[in-house]
Amino acid sequence: MVREATNTLQKSVLWDWLTTVDHKKLAVLYLISGTLFFLKAGLMAVFMRIQLMFPMNDFLSGQTFNEFITMHGTIMLFLAATPLLFAFMNYIVPLQIGARDVAFPFVNALGFWLFFFGGILVSLSWFFGGAPDAGWTSYVPLASRDYGGLGIDFYVLGLQVSGIGTLVSGINFIVTIINMRAPGMTMMRMPLFCWTTLVTSILIVFAFTPLAAGLALLMLDRMFDGMFFIPGEGGNVVIWQHIFWIFGHPEVYILVLPAFGMISEIIPTFSKKRLFGYTAMVFATLIIGFLGFMVWMHHMFTVGIGPIANSVFAIATMIIGIPTGIKIFNWLFTMWGGKLTFNTAMLCASSFVPTFVLGGVTGVMLAMAPVDHLYHDTYFVVAHFHYIILGGIVLGLIGATFYWYPKMFGHKLNETLGKIMFWMFYVGFHLTFFVQHILGLIGMPRRVYTYLEDQGMDTMNMISTIGAFVMSAAIILLVVNIVYSAMKSPREGGDPWDGRTLEWATPTPVPEYNFAQTPQVRSLDPLFYEKIHGDGTMKPAEPIGDIHMPNGSIYPFTISLGLFFAGFGFIMLNMENAIISPWIVIAVGGIITFGSMALHSVKEDHGYHISKETVEQMEKEVGTNG
Amino acid sequence: MGENLSQPFEKSSMTPEEIRKINREQRIQTIAFGFMIAITLLAFIAVGADVVPGSFAIPFILGLAGIQLFLQLYYFMHLKDKDHGWPNTFIVSGIVLVIPTIVALMLLIGVTKY
Repeated sequence: MVREATNTLQKSVLWDWLTTVDHKKLAVLYLISGTLFFLKAGLMAVFMRIQLMFPMNDFLSGQTFNEFITMHGTIMLFLAATPLLFAFMNYIVPLQIGARDVAFPFVNALGFWLFFFGGILVSLSWFFGGAPDAGWTSYVPLASRDYGGLGIDFYVLGLQVSGIGTLVSGINFIVTIINMRAPGMTMMRMPLFCWTTLVTSILIVFAFTPLAAGLALLMLDRMFDGMFFIPGEGGNVVIWQHIFWIFGHPEVYILVLPAFGMISEIIPTFSKKRLFGYTAMVFATLIIGFLGFMVWMHHMFTVGIGPIANSVFAIATMIIGIPTGIKIFNWLFTMWGGKLTFNTAMLCASSFVPTFVLGGVTGVMLAMAPVDHLYHDTYFVVAHFHYIILGGIVLGLIGATFYWYPKMFGHKLNETLGKIMFWMFYVGFHLTFFVQHILGLIGMPRRVYTYLEDQGMDTMNMISTIGAFVMSAAIILLVVNIVYSAMKSPREGGDPWDGRTLEWATPTPVPEYNFAQTPQVRSLDPLFYEKIHGDGTMKPAEPIGDIHMPNGSIYPFTISLGLFFAGFGFIMLNMENAIISPWIVIAVGGIITFGSMALHSVKEDHGYHISKETVEQMEKEVGTNG
Repeated sequence: MGENLSQPFEKSSMTPEEIRKINREQRIQTIAFGFMIAITLLAFIAVGADVVPGSFAIPFILGLAGIQLFLQLYYFMHLKDKDHGWPNTFIVSGIVLVIPTIVALMLLIGVTKY
């Protein structure tokens, strides 16, 4: 009620959510759609684990298994982890830097809808002859027009559309963080989550462009008789691997850096200490971001590029261990001597540290080029990157969910259920993936749908599957917790954790305009500084006045819908018996997209103002509530 | 606010000082543009004229391309101006990241082993 001014309240709920450009609502949309994709891909993982429970199992056919490995990887990286991180980046970053919204609210909405329709397009493949089945890396020649089915076309076009969305969101975050900081919020006073968001966004801009180029080349190959990746006609398959990993390796850091940022917010709050070595943390983030671009070839050690190239990239890879080590020790020293509170968020954040170290150690092992010939394409690699992704990114995300939930939805998640969930997840995770290291070392290849009896793999695969069940139960418990807490948890004020950063200075629910008066920042951890040196509230940097807000718009939705149709039309070019001509679908999509763009350009839209009186009234209502 | 938004920027909020600066900027742009066309012509002449040997023309044109890139980025895209630290950072890091990419895509494609 107090959250919004009258203009917004006049819209119907559905129209409001379809047209919203508010960063907080888009964050919720990202959170919901990311969670749905996460559950979908998680279910695929459970099915794969059931298939691998017994030797020579026939729960899934080899083809379905291939489709599941591909979709599990693709969805988890592009359509689950990325939007879930974007959800928190969207909600928290403008609040942490003291801004009223992101720099381009319209582009923010466009980014969400492009991601959403791209995701739908990839998922539609199930209904048109089967999902992509060439692995999430989609290596040619397996994915080329001679061997890959229609599913690959959905992969190419769907990721192209959702990739544009990710790219524009990344640009938006860069501009926001550079230009929209509150007075006094210098770069070196920004919370670490803002820093990692900035570096992540830079990586997105530099990494998603090669991906877009690579996907475009693959599309030309598959639909328009291109020859980039067809060796018989002068193409080269190694080029695809290069382009993919020039994107793919930074993508790992795109995902893990925001998780680092979340951990760096949670640990100081629940240790009641400022982050140890803030400057070192910032520079470690920058160095990781830079080195992330210089190591992609360690994914291709066995391709046969040559010993010198392999050595250079092996050494570059090992160097990344140094800034990561700096971060690990800074987190440990932040906790050292702090007044620790172990709630669910802190449990996730603190257990992130050793789990991530385990993933890092196997990472350095994999970086040794000669030994990589032994590890390559075995379950050792699978175990390694799941330690990074689940033990790093997912633990960070769950911690962030518990930490920022009261700010986003006005109440905490239940702690008892949360702790049970955490321990189930943690035990299940290690059960599932620790044995996979050993499975890999004794030679179980990844991406193969079954194995023979009595090769020493039966027991460990069984253990791994049981772990996956425990982990799934934990995720179900998290969903139960969300529903239970929505009904039972008491409402919370603006600052339930005794927070340190600026987002906790806003009332809960956060008003449409975030800050009635832009705050004056005087230090790192500004709210904590005011609690110690001031009266506990942020000093305003401007008098209270009318607030200029952007109007909602349906164009982001229609632009994305048009691209969805156009993408589907391109896929129809490869369909056996399309009902209508693909070119009609492509034209309709193009007209919708470019028509919406034209309308958006022609129609002047200066936004609206929330009057000073309304702001004062809203602040008063919020004050009595919070 | 509001009523000025549809007016051209010069009328609504530019001082004579700012207009003078913009005019000077325009002159610099024109000169840079003329110079760029001139070095492009030079490149064509270097190839077209029979008297210039190929061993000289290739490094010469590559050198002109370097100058051209510099002019394009720093004059046309205003990287030389004040408060362009961030755009500079991004362009330079983009170039730094692109060099290994190009080298890899040209050399490390499994044809010759290094």
